[in-house]
Amino acid sequence: MSTATEPVRILPQSPANSGSDSGEGQLLEVSMGPQHPSTHGVFRMDVVLDGERVVRLKPVFGYLHRNHEKIAEHETYLGSMPYTDRLDYICSLTNNWAYALAVEKLAGIQVPERAEYIRIITAEMTRFLNHAALIGFLTQDMGASGTPLMYAFRERETILDLFESLTGARMMCNYMRFGGCRVDLPAGWLDQAKKFAATLPRFLEEFERLLATNEILMARTQGVGVLSKEFAVNAGVTGPVLRASGVNYDVRKVDKYGIYDRFAFKVPLGEHGDTYDRYMIRLLEMHESLKILNQALQDIPEGPIVDPKTKIRGFRPKPGEAYGRIEAPKGELGFYLISDGTANPYRYRVRSSCMMNLTVLEDLCIGHNVADVVVILGSIDIVMGEVDR
Amino acid sequence: MTPENIKSEVEASIPGCQLEIVSNPSPSGQHSLRIDPAHAVAIATFLRDAEPLRLDYCSNVTGVDWPGKEISEKVKVKKLVDGVEQEVEEIRKTQTIGHLEVVYHLYSMEKKHGPVILRMRTEDRAERVHLPSLTPVWRSAEFQEREIFDLYGVIFDGHPDLRRILMWDGFEDHPMRRDYVEPDDFEYEPTAHDEVLERARQHRTVMGPL
Amino acid sequence: MFGEGILKGLAETARNFLGSYVSKKRLTTVQYPEQRLPQIEAYRNFPFLVYDGDDWQQGLRCVSCFICEKECPPKCIIIEKSTDKKPDAVGKLQFYPKVFNIDVSVCMSCQICVEVCPFDAIKMDTDFELSSTDRFSGLLWDKKHLAKSNEHYHKIHPTEAAAVDAQLAAERAKIAAKTKATAEAKPATPTPPANANGAGPNAANQPVPTATEK
Repeated sequence: MSTATEPVRILPQSPANSGSDSGEGQLLEVSMGPQHPSTHGVFRMDVVLDGERVVRLKPVFGYLHRNHEKIAEHETYLGSMPYTDRLDYICSLTNNWAYALAVEKLAGIQVPERAEYIRIITAEMTRFLNHAALIGFLTQDMGASGTPLMYAFRERETILDLFESLTGARMMCNYMRFGGCRVDLPAGWLDQAKKFAATLPRFLEEFERLLATNEILMARTQGVGVLSKEFAVNAGVTGPVLRASGVNYDVRKVDKYGIYDRFAFKVPLGEHGDTYDRYMIRLLEMHESLKILNQALQDIPEGPIVDPKTKIRGFRPKPGEAYGRIEAPKGELGFYLISDGTANPYRYRVRSSCMMNLTVLEDLCIGHNVADVVVILGSIDIVMGEVDR
Repeated sequence: MTPENIKSEVEASIPGCQLEIVSNPSPSGQHSLRIDPAHAVAIATFLRDAEPLRLDYCSNVTGVDWPGKEISEKVKVKKLVDGVEQEVEEIRKTQTIGHLEVVYHLYSMEKKHGPVILRMRTEDRAERVHLPSLTPVWRSAEFQEREIFDLYGVIFDGHPDLRRILMWDGFEDHPMRRDYVEPDDFEYEPTAHDEVLERARQHRTVMGPL
Repeated sequence: MFGEGILKGLAETARNFLGSYVSKKRLTTVQYPEQRLPQIEAYRNFPFLVYDGDDWQQGLRCVSCFICEKECPPKCIIIEKSTDKKPDAVGKLQFYPKVFNIDVSVCMSCQICVEVCPFDAIKMDTDFELSSTDRFSGLLWDKKHLAKSNEHYHKIHPTEAAAVDAQLAAERAKIAAKTKATAEAKPATPTPPANANGAGPNAANQPVPTATEK
């Protein structure tokens, strides 16, 4: 698993040796380089190894930096919405919602009830999508070459078809607007969604039977990459990675944005904070998402889709600033906007959940083998579009 | 938990610190506190550990560039006009230096409240751009402060590993600043409009016809 | 027993594998390009310009108002206004675009141009098999390449096209009724054609000065 993209160099006198067990053999510096099948995108890790054991690890990213924040300073507020799709490109609808939430906080726009229900339905479907992709990719990184991944992707395909009939595109949806959603649900969409949600418990049960008690999985993930509570909180880790360490912090329950306080769902917490907990947490969160989805599909009212006073063109919020955040499938995704009264934001900042989760990567990997580095990275769940923006 | 309460508590426990409330005119109601760089680490530690606040989670660290502006004000001066001393209104233009700003959004995972917003300013945009790093207090500031160093040029004293994070090593200049000029190094621009078309034409004349 | 989890997993895999011989639901692979899935109606790919009738130049709905060019996020639309005018569907003289280029290598199919167009002149196409051998000018589509008829629009997005047609017919009926009313009100003087200065539901967001007629 340690394919390097440049020749390995043995560095007896390099600064990498300082602070480590010098004199005991030689340390190897390996670059698990940007083109690597297991690094989830263009992501590089400079790993210093003592045999198979990791001594130091420095993540290097910026290969996918597309200066989204600077582009947004030249675009109008609406014009940045398609760019937010491309941040965490697997979950585009939650990115849209986070941005719309920040702008609605900045300008004080109200959202009608039907739009809130649609937002929750699409967000929970997106959470399901993301966790299905993640557990598929994690098991693929461990060597189950593609089979659980393809089973998870079967469900993903149905959800993507639903998104396509609603928004027009499978992944780059560009669906949320400031004050609601772009178009209303087409005829028959709700029935299709309800039928699909009825098949999901069977899929989850099948998936659990496939892998959750698998001895190889448990041997490779239990006790690997243990993240303590205090360190997780201090390092700004959020999302399933934080909850797997036992900290009960879910932005849906804390901020109660949207109408999440109307839905009954639990927040699964882990005990040990290792990779197995991070894996199981995502399965449990899929169960909870399903509960919310069923409740929302049942209760969605009729009504307008968007606040009637919103303008598509010429939107100029008053000067001020706002920070809006949501519980994206990977963690807390926040947008910080400063407006100076013109049609373009003065400062547009994306608080990226994946980049913050990477803060702990080095500390989790030290002392483990190289093969575990891949598993730990997979369980932290990064998408380079959001890390680099 | 209002900014006024926090200000009075911090001033009571850390002598000599200066806090200023910056109000936010938008409907979001998120007012912030400007802290002085000299006491920043002490204030941050107090906010993280003191009992009613326990702000143990630093969610977001942002850099903002406020370039210098020209301010013109009308000033009454006594001037000699045709031999008679009169009071004349003159328009005096001053140029502000501009500064870089760093904004911290703090929440509490233990008490589930927030946000508390802190701001720090550098003295100017050229030389005196040093600010204390809050990474020893909240580890989540590590990558974000590196990003602000990379894209804005603020130097954080006390940061464990301050080097470029998104741009490559050896890159010069700080791209997110408002006066950043992009290098003219693209050779083909398919749908050039306006100034991009002008630059592409000049490029073409320098390089010769296709 | 040690290995029980693995055996359970293998049983699951066997069920999927053998099940794919018996049940259609488990056989999910579609052998593209011989087999294709039915196209979903709302799918959008790159934009195209709509024209009414048979003549693509006469029937082009676009009046070169530049709104889509301004709102396009990656700025991939280039428009140049014509100097003369041509009559539109109700007979009013409007400008038309002399040049209307879309750089398809830049366009991200975000659909904002469709949302802001006040004349329903640009809509989203659904064709995705679009590779070209010329990397530069083959992906810069001009007005002729982009203009497609209203029948094509009906074929690819039937419900949407029906709704747009109904709305346009209602607007035109309103304008026609207003013209008739003004014509009946002034029987002696020769009436000017459709006095759409304040009439018409599009007037609120029409930036093109419509007062410049004969």
